[in-house]
Amino acid sequence: MRREAPQKLTDYGPLVFPAGMLITFFVVPFATMIAVSFFKRNPSGFYTPDFVFENYARFLSLFFGKVLGFSLFLAVTVAICCIVLAVPFTYLLSRAKRRTQVLWLVALLSILSLSEVIIGFAWSTLFSRTAGITNLLVMLGILDQPVALNPSFGAVLTAMTYQALPYTVLVLYPALVRLDPTLTEAARTLGASPIKSFFTVVVPALRNTIVATLIMVFIFALGSYLLPQILGRPQHWTLSVLITDQAIYQSNMPFAAAMAVFLVLVTLGLVALTVIAGRKGEAA
Amino acid sequence: MNGFLQKAYFGLIGLFLSLPIIVVAGVSVNEKQDLAFPPKGFSLGWYGEIFANVEWRNALFASITLAALSAAVALLIALPLAWFLWRRHAPWANIFQLLGIAPFTLPPVITALGLLTFWAATGFYGQPATAVISHAIFFVTLPLVTLSLGFSSIDRSLVEAAATMGADDRTIFRTVVLPLILPYLISGYAFAFVLSLNEYIVAYMTIGFTMETLPIKIFNALRYGYTPTMASVTILFVAIAATIFGLVARFGDLPKLLGAMSSKD
Repeated sequence: MRREAPQKLTDYGPLVFPAGMLITFFVVPFATMIAVSFFKRNPSGFYTPDFVFENYARFLSLFFGKVLGFSLFLAVTVAICCIVLAVPFTYLLSRAKRRTQVLWLVALLSILSLSEVIIGFAWSTLFSRTAGITNLLVMLGILDQPVALNPSFGAVLTAMTYQALPYTVLVLYPALVRLDPTLTEAARTLGASPIKSFFTVVVPALRNTIVATLIMVFIFALGSYLLPQILGRPQHWTLSVLITDQAIYQSNMPFAAAMAVFLVLVTLGLVALTVIAGRKGEAA
Repeated sequence: MNGFLQKAYFGLIGLFLSLPIIVVAGVSVNEKQDLAFPPKGFSLGWYGEIFANVEWRNALFASITLAALSAAVALLIALPLAWFLWRRHAPWANIFQLLGIAPFTLPPVITALGLLTFWAATGFYGQPATAVISHAIFFVTLPLVTLSLGFSSIDRSLVEAAATMGADDRTIFRTVVLPLILPYLISGYAFAFVLSLNEYIVAYMTIGFTMETLPIKIFNALRYGYTPTMASVTILFVAIAATIFGLVARFGDLPKLLGAMSSKD
């Protein structure tokens, strides 16, 4: 059946409900948020309609610069850790037996769907003094007594890597499954060791995929809002935490909205970069 | 890479991924109100507590109701949209595909804040229905992606044959298309259901001050008093997710659903 252009008005029927819902409950709220970001904060209540730039002007403070810098740094570090762990893993997984693949995919999906609250709780238990891994080290005689490993930067980084790793594998997976196996076979025939052929053939062939995945994981990590709160100190708070904090606890909706708009712009810029990286990948 | 290295690497990743769950599982069987690991004593009482304690039970029911309803609404949005985009040639309608994918791609706090301002401005803030709609919009991406995949795998000549025999769009959809995309419909629902069950920030920003879903309840317990029930609920959630995705894998083609087009073996 050829796809025909809609002829009659009734041909648009199926579109009415989805379009209505998406416009009412996504486009309108989004526009409301942008509008609020220009409103004036009203300390007694919510906000008063206005058109001021003072919420955006607050970005120029040192405090905001620090939070933004730390958020970007944390997200980049998480993305790099995930890529380093996930690329070899996903490559091996895509070459494994189908049954093995399905088992791992179920496990990865289950962990990916876990609530950030649950991941935060699990790692805070693991890093705690009473139930943590340091108890294991004491049993093995490496440590004298158990210690608490959180709150700390390492705890935030570990938990965020844990959260983003399944996502990274699932983003890489389709590209790696489709990778032509004859590429590595040729390298092997010519005498390259498996590890050498992985780094000289597989990684270069996937360069654009890896760059695109890096950016997607970066965006994913940028959205983490609970783990820095549960496992870190206030200096480990990210932009997402700050937005929640301003909106809920400080009741400063205009400032929260302005930061959210800023975060959208950063994200969209990165998505554009991903698309460009993807285009180059197709051209190559 | 040779077999041993591969096994060792899989093992290490597996350990990293399962370690927190093992510790939480250990904590959940403590005999007393104690978050110790290795557990002191053994008791399944904290699993009973999820259902016996009225607060945890209400949170569990709230979460399951929210997930079941919002996944259904997400499906109601995604199905006609995916059908229209597949059936008709209307490039401008792709904007709705983009709108369906955007909420999930952007950092969640943005969607959450947008919905919070919207519900506050319209005066519905805090009502349970707002969470259902909010989650449906937030997770519509998942059924939309699986359904687009499902439609693209339908042989168009089947539909053409039905049309030649005189079937109208409605009949074609009911008798030909729907049976073919049913697996994708179910997996789209499953993905949205499990993610909604676990979602925190959107739920918190829409109904956080009037109701407690399980993730909100766990977070509050994290701040105001640890109890091993948090651990048993966590294990329950891991089990629910693993069961649902296991069923999707059992009755569907999981590698294909996740974008690997060729089914090998």
